[in-house]
Amino acid sequence: MTQRTGTATTGTAGATEDGSSPDPVEGTSTGPAVDLPSPTPALNTDALLDDPGIRIVVCCGSGGVGKTTTAAALGVRAAERGRKVVVLTIDPARRLAQSMGIDSLDNVPRRVPGIKGEREGGREGDGSGELHAMMLDMKRTFDEIVEAHADAERARAILENPFYQSLSAGFAGTQEYMAMEKLGQLRARDEWDLIIVDTPPSRSALDFLDAPKRLGSFLDGKFIKLLMAPAKMGGRAGMKFLNVGMSMMTGTLGKLLGGQFLRDVQTFVAAMDTMFGGFRTRADATYKLLQAPGTAFLVVATPERDALREAAYFVERLAAEEMPLAGLVLNRVHGSDAARLSAEHALAAAENLDAVGIVDQTTGKAGLRDRADHSVAPDSPEVVATPGSAPDAAPDVTPDNSEREDTAEQKNTEDHEPTASDRVPTASVEELTAGLLRLHAERMQVVAREQRTRDRFTALHPEVAVTEVAALPGDVHDLEGLRAIGDRLATGSDPAGAA
Amino acid sequence: MSRFQVVSGKGGTGKTTVAAALALALATEGRRTLLVEVEGRQGIAQVFETEPLPYEERKIAVAPGGGEVYALAIDAERALLDYLQMFYKLGSAGRALKKLGAIDFATTIAPGVRDVLLTGKACEAVRRKDKQNRYVYDYVIMDAPPTGRITRFLNVNDEVAGLARIGPIHNQAQAVMRVLKSPETAVHLVTLLEEMPVQETADGIAELRDAELPVGRVIVNMVRPHLLDEDTLRTAAGGRRKEIAKALTRAGVTGSAGLVRPLVEQAAEHAQRVELEREQRAVLAGLELPGYELPLIGEGMDPAGLYDLATELRKQGVGEGAGQGVGT
Ligand SMILES: Nc1ncnc2c1ncn2[C@@H]1O[C@H](COP(=O)(O)OP(=O)(O)OP(=O)(O)O)[C@@H](O)[C@H]1O
Ligand SMILES: [Mg+2]
Repeated sequence: MTQRTGTATTGTAGATEDGSSPDPVEGTSTGPAVDLPSPTPALNTDALLDDPGIRIVVCCGSGGVGKTTTAAALGVRAAERGRKVVVLTIDPARRLAQSMGIDSLDNVPRRVPGIKGEREGGREGDGSGELHAMMLDMKRTFDEIVEAHADAERARAILENPFYQSLSAGFAGTQEYMAMEKLGQLRARDEWDLIIVDTPPSRSALDFLDAPKRLGSFLDGKFIKLLMAPAKMGGRAGMKFLNVGMSMMTGTLGKLLGGQFLRDVQTFVAAMDTMFGGFRTRADATYKLLQAPGTAFLVVATPERDALREAAYFVERLAAEEMPLAGLVLNRVHGSDAARLSAEHALAAAENLDAVGIVDQTTGKAGLRDRADHSVAPDSPEVVATPGSAPDAAPDVTPDNSEREDTAEQKNTEDHEPTASDRVPTASVEELTAGLLRLHAERMQVVAREQRTRDRFTALHPEVAVTEVAALPGDVHDLEGLRAIGDRLATGSDPAGAA
Repeated sequence: MSRFQVVSGKGGTGKTTVAAALALALATEGRRTLLVEVEGRQGIAQVFETEPLPYEERKIAVAPGGGEVYALAIDAERALLDYLQMFYKLGSAGRALKKLGAIDFATTIAPGVRDVLLTGKACEAVRRKDKQNRYVYDYVIMDAPPTGRITRFLNVNDEVAGLARIGPIHNQAQAVMRVLKSPETAVHLVTLLEEMPVQETADGIAELRDAELPVGRVIVNMVRPHLLDEDTLRTAAGGRRKEIAKALTRAGVTGSAGLVRPLVEQAAEHAQRVELEREQRAVLAGLELPGYELPLIGEGMDPAGLYDLATELRKQGVGEGAGQGVGT
């Protein structure tokens, strides 16, 4: 079995109990890293970030896979390696935004403090690196375009139009369109060596490629012209040009939508008329920018079926659009430094210890929950109910009080081990070890499942370079966390660790 | 239980899966449920592992105990043509509108029109009655857009009623809002025991409440079993490594010396995760909403797993009482 070992995750996300913080790359050398038929090419993240020819990195992938975090981590790393970087994030989680000091929404890049010019191990860092970050505000971006491209009076008419107000706040694809628009703007300013872009949490990873085109084709469409006709020509002069079909159409729409609505739309369309050419031109320009050699796409996915399926679509689509793919970031990968002990073997060993436990064990609070052995048995088709979902439990997410007290107590006694162990004097070493083995078996099953999923992707796209980021137990809250992810991005494709 | 069950939640938390399980769980003996999806992604077909669904209500599963689950993938464009047909007998005009790009305009560009159609179609199914004046579907379950968009999605009819101040669209929008704001509707949020989804759930509930939309339950999905209790783990990490190594050897594991460190580390990670989960549970408890809790299907989801989740929901009280004839 191929068990690509991940990195030990406790070192960065919180010290282990005994204070040992394993080097993030240490673990990767212990496992059989690659014994695939043809090894997956490695993604050299640092080479990508250091390449002065690369001016735009687009992080794409389906929702919830960690695109924003990846974009932010790449930004920190690139800046600390000496580049002047701006990260355009979309909908960042609050704490992620806070970690970069951009939790106020203002649609303007701001310098992120705390970036180290020169890092231990960073080769290029010469103190000249800078990180700027911003959060996309799509309404603000839309307003800015209007303000920039229409004269004051027309701009006001547009901004006050109720139809525009709804449109700018959220027609399908606005966010995608505005993200690409913002990218174009940032690139045009030419103030940064490198722009790292996050993409919107679309229903499909491809929406941000399609939205600008859709908008473009809509703007070129007959329907817009039809809507514009009466408003543009106005009154009776207009009527003359309306043939019977058209008047039926506007009549129908008026009936459906109410006259005022249609008039709002017409005023809006007329007011926007002068801008349409601009929209289309810029959408085309941004599209070309994405095809340019200075752009690199990173597809982000978790080792799960849906995410990798989207990733595969994306890889195919990029090829079809002749857009340059740098590689796949496989996020939240599980590994084990004890991979040589298989799940089956671990479970068998745990059972051996159970047998001992039955003989030796005194009564008292058991260290293990007895349902444990069902839930990881490889032949068990289902996970057995968890405490909160036990048949007799009230259907309520409120944890029972004892559990809450536990939490509080444990927090207080975190550093006083005697107290904690006093409470479970009876946990025998057999129980404990059996528990560790079952935990390991569960981990190995996750590792195996993720590997199967990846193998399917690799079979489809063996040419795609991959780097992987081990699953962290918690969320990222600060620059240090982003650095840790950056380290993994850089070393995750290299089983021997960083050179 | 409300007859219209809307399932939202952060992306990837299991909205589609949970909505499908809920539709199965509510289809108790003799009952009929309709599972609708609105994002054009064929998510229902995926979870039931069937062919892509056409824009048509069709039976997709038989629930344990004999109830039936129907499914419908609502397509905004088709829904619009249906409406035009239904209300205005606009067969040919509809085609002409389509040629002009008006349908495209209405369903992809115009604000909210798309959402009006989707919510409108779902509400129509909720209210539909047969010749005996009985509801055609006992329950309608919607696999809805994610938390970030759900309030706007459900409230779009308010917005439209404001934009189109008169006319049939206005009336229709108001009728839909009446259903959505009544106790006939319940909006559930699916979450995981992780910080981001829980935060999003809390924010989403606040938004729904502000908009006076009826919040249903918090559904905690993919709950993992706890294999070790934390006290044990603390002890484990606290210097019993030699003993553990010996126990491993006794249990028949070779080369145990090198395994102790990674095993203990994995346990520490597990403890950390359990601790984080507890924190998130506490946050959820603070929301003071009833909930359901669904286990992680460790082997990955398939239709069998879906039935397991439905069984779990029933154990937690889904499908008891209420049904035909309740609420109007
Ligand atoms: N209880 C569960 N146990 C195991 N896997 C699950 C469970 N619930 C959902 N999943 C899996 O998690 C993934 C996401 O689920 P699903 O597609 O239902 O989420 P979603 O919220 O609808 O996602 P999206 O936001 O993309 O629509 C799927 O692969 C699904 O099979
Ligand atoms: Mg879904």
